[in-house]
Amino acid sequence: MIRDITLGQYYSVDSPIHRRDPRIKILSVVMYIAALFIVENFIGFVMAAAALGLAVAVSKVPIGFIMRGLKPIIFILIFTFSINIFMINGRVLWKLGFLEVTDNGLYTAAFMSVRLILLIIGTSLLTFTTTPIKLTDGMERLLYPLSKIGVPTHEIAMMMSISLRFIPTLMEETDKIIKAQQARGADFESGNLIARAKSLVPILVPLFVSAFRIALDLAMAMEARCYSGGKNRTRMNGMKINSGDLIFMAANILFFAATITLRIWR
Amino acid sequence: MENIIRIENLIFDYPREEGKDVLRAIKGISLDIEKGSFTAVIGRNGSGKSTLAKLLNGLYVPTEGVIYVENWDTADDNHVWDVRQTAGMVFQNPDNQLVSSIVEDDVAFGPENIGTAPDEIRTRVNKALNDVRMGEYRLKAPHMLSGGQKQRVAIAGVLAMKPKCIIFDEPTAMLDPKGRHDVLRIIKNLNAEGITTILITHFMDEAVQADRVLIINDGEIILDGNPAEVFSHADEIKDAGLDVPVAVELAVRLRKRGIKIPDDVITVEDMVDFICQYK
Ligand SMILES: Nc1ncnc2c1ncn2[C@@H]1O[C@H](COP(=O)(O)OP(=O)(O)OP(=O)(O)O)[C@@H](O)[C@H]1O
Ligand SMILES: [Mg+2]
Repeated sequence: MIRDITLGQYYSVDSPIHRRDPRIKILSVVMYIAALFIVENFIGFVMAAAALGLAVAVSKVPIGFIMRGLKPIIFILIFTFSINIFMINGRVLWKLGFLEVTDNGLYTAAFMSVRLILLIIGTSLLTFTTTPIKLTDGMERLLYPLSKIGVPTHEIAMMMSISLRFIPTLMEETDKIIKAQQARGADFESGNLIARAKSLVPILVPLFVSAFRIALDLAMAMEARCYSGGKNRTRMNGMKINSGDLIFMAANILFFAATITLRIWR
Repeated sequence: MENIIRIENLIFDYPREEGKDVLRAIKGISLDIEKGSFTAVIGRNGSGKSTLAKLLNGLYVPTEGVIYVENWDTADDNHVWDVRQTAGMVFQNPDNQLVSSIVEDDVAFGPENIGTAPDEIRTRVNKALNDVRMGEYRLKAPHMLSGGQKQRVAIAGVLAMKPKCIIFDEPTAMLDPKGRHDVLRIIKNLNAEGITTILITHFMDEAVQADRVLIINDGEIILDGNPAEVFSHADEIKDAGLDVPVAVELAVRLRKRGIKIPDDVITVEDMVDFICQYK
């Protein structure tokens, strides 16, 4: 069962969005988030929603799959909505005891919620359509200029991709340890919270030990394969921006420019 | 014939805590490895096999003595990368030597490290994966593969660096019989294509397939020769805490009963042939 786990939230289909260069996608998402905070009126939100809707449709990721990603934030959504709706002054629409709903409150609450929803969908579309490994690669290359001022960008990216590689291995290891402890009569399911937390110790200790052993082995294997950090390293899959990427980027810039114009023009 | 590896009076100590007493893992080994040969190294747990392997590609440097790989001193900092490229290494645990979450990226890791051009890396990766018959798995994640398949990917990762010699440190120890068989067949194919092979193993049936067998005991080489010669010393091998191949064991017992069996009967197939023709 542990073999079937998928890493991150990648939704594996082939679509024009999936095929885009990860750097372009990361930049687009950053631009989209910025745009969401620039937009402040109804037309703007309709535009932002339409743009995202188009991207979702092209990506072939099912709507249900995307909506599931919203579940964890429902609470935050309700919370911000209520705060905004009751706290902002303006013309009173309804009165519920000491609580007042004003027109401005209603507007702001609605805008805030839509903004949050679009933000979550927008960013999760990035992780739905880009494998973790491509994301790290894209990040490494986007952050490359920072390495000139001493930020260890290669090392950070290497650490991230090795963690991705070893999550399943460590999960298998955990599984083994749990089974071994259970075979000796360990009980992980009963007792109160403290008792259960305590019963994790005999799992965590051997897990740490094996993580260290794996790390030592891996370091040895990497050295044997001539690894010596990021210097003079080449990559097999050089990232190339193709015409599709350019069109996608152009569309994004257009959208971004439109939101700014809308804001200034108002 | 030319030698690819030359070891002269090698001694290696592991430093111990407090720095006073050391653990001498290799106690004076001199050895030459011929280009293109297939050498099996056997010895019981803790006899120093892995230590020797790590010394051969410069992961450790000798405490005393020298090791030359293609005339480069492994202790010479200027040639570490040449040494490691020439003498590749495959380790025992298939999980702990794969770096990337995509098979082909993992195979590309070595050539990327030595700054090979992208097109050239692509050609090498494809060839290496085909050589180990893992081409169709090139986009899979390592954790979806069986142990034998992972080990083949690890071999491909070494092959992509175009080594002249590969040191296998118990590559089949953690595999099932099918995985063992596949990996061993690939090792033999690579050797047939001219790659010098050093195979550290605990399996006697693997060792008998080599051209040369070295038996290490407690940091020293106690027997060295072709399999027939080495396994004719069945008693010494047993004293070193090792088994002898079944066919050899059988031959020894049959000889005691007065049946004349030639010394070069060491594999099961040889034995079967011999018995069928025996009158
Ligand atoms: N990193 C280390 N630090 C200290 N001592 C070590 C280290 N690695 C190995 N040794 C010791 O060196 C000796 C030789 O170990 P080595 O790993 O080379 O044996 P081996 O023949 O490969 O055994 P195995 O069949 O178990 O793989 C052993 O006594 C071992 O305890
Ligand atoms: Mg060993």
